Amino acid sequence: MRWVIGNGVEGEPASDKDKVLLAVAPHLVLDGAVGAAELTGAGEVVIVAHHSVREIVSRAAEERLDCGWDPVPVRVVTAADAFVAGEASAVVHWVDRGLATPTGRPPRLDPRPTLVQNVETLAHLALILRYGSNWFRSAGSPEEPGTTLITMAGAVRRPGVYEIETGTPVGELIELAGGAAAPLGALLIGGYSGTWAEPAAALPLPFSSAGLAAVGASPGAGMIAVLPRTACGLAETARITRYLARSSAGQCGPCVFGLDAIAGRLERLAVPDRLERLAAGRDGDLALVRRWLGQVRGACRHPEGTARMVASALRVFATEAGLHAGGQCSAMSTAAVLPVPVPREPGP
Amino acid sequence: MKVRLAVDLIACDGRGLCAELLPELITLDDWGYPMLARRQVPAVLRGEAAAAARLCPKLALRLEALEARGRR
Repeated sequence: MRWVIGNGVEGEPASDKDKVLLAVAPHLVLDGAVGAAELTGAGEVVIVAHHSVREIVSRAAEERLDCGWDPVPVRVVTAADAFVAGEASAVVHWVDRGLATPTGRPPRLDPRPTLVQNVETLAHLALILRYGSNWFRSAGSPEEPGTTLITMAGAVRRPGVYEIETGTPVGELIELAGGAAAPLGALLIGGYSGTWAEPAAALPLPFSSAGLAAVGASPGAGMIAVLPRTACGLAETARITRYLARSSAGQCGPCVFGLDAIAGRLERLAVPDRLERLAAGRDGDLALVRRWLGQVRGACRHPEGTARMVASALRVFATEAGLHAGGQCSAMSTAAVLPVPVPREPGP
Repeated sequence: MKVRLAVDLIACDGRGLCAELLPELITLDDWGYPMLARRQVPAVLRGEAAAAARLCPKLALRLEALEARGRR
């Protein structure tokens, strides 16, 4: 083992947990990264930090250098600002060659094996090294011990990052974030390539891999986005899917063409009053989307993750799709709820 | 030794030769990129599979030994 890379890229547009962790406790992450380097015999630690917190992490690394704290050198690299830049092989590619694209092979630098861990995992490791595994296991469940950071986004009164015991019920997490700011419509669990779920089904479930499996979801990137009933789930899904399609690294044909095609049909399905759909046939759009969901794939999991999210939207918003077919929409506002970065204009 | 097919989708350009040479195992998706009906190559198709891999103009199709490959 030669390198330890701390992944603090956090390309998820609505997620803040890694940025908050790096800003609030940079030394905890560095302790964990250096600990991982010592355990694996790595010669260097590289922290890839989101640009908004990079200076904080750099300062922490300088403080350690000044007092000769670490047995291995620690380097801090500004992360590329893109959704797929956080994929493990893309992180290594970025550190190695300055290209933030997935490589589809087991990631390694130098070319010896490279350990890539999310910065939160490294913080957990630092705490285990300090206080022992029994202490760590005193929170959470036996199968999924410890605490975890989650970003609560969307229609909650106090959106933000919270540290919770793994397995805390989803409903309690919404209360922790100040409660719902509007009647609940749907929950997007795990990030933008996560899973849409009905509130009634998801609220009692423990926020853990085992618990969320009941609605086909997983903790994923540690995020719950709350959609109010006043918003249109199909419109939100179409916007997010377009963003994810645009976020393709552009390397694999089925991802480039497939996600674009799916986003295009979802955009039509999201608009309830487009007359042309009467000619095109709404069922045709739905059938095509379903067909393409089984065809998108690539060297990394970006296309499949997007397809999983869209498939869950077609389940959860099936009633809404029926309304749209009749020219109606249950939404009371067309304003976008979940944030999506504005595309950069192509340069001259 | 058992072998299986693997497509490097980063290298693949959707030329479609593989699906013509090995229709028993490879079909094309709606955008012309190969989909593997099943990854493991039956013994009777070993020769055809090897030819398809050799003739891929982008060197994107390859045969891998099933046992030798580690977990991803």
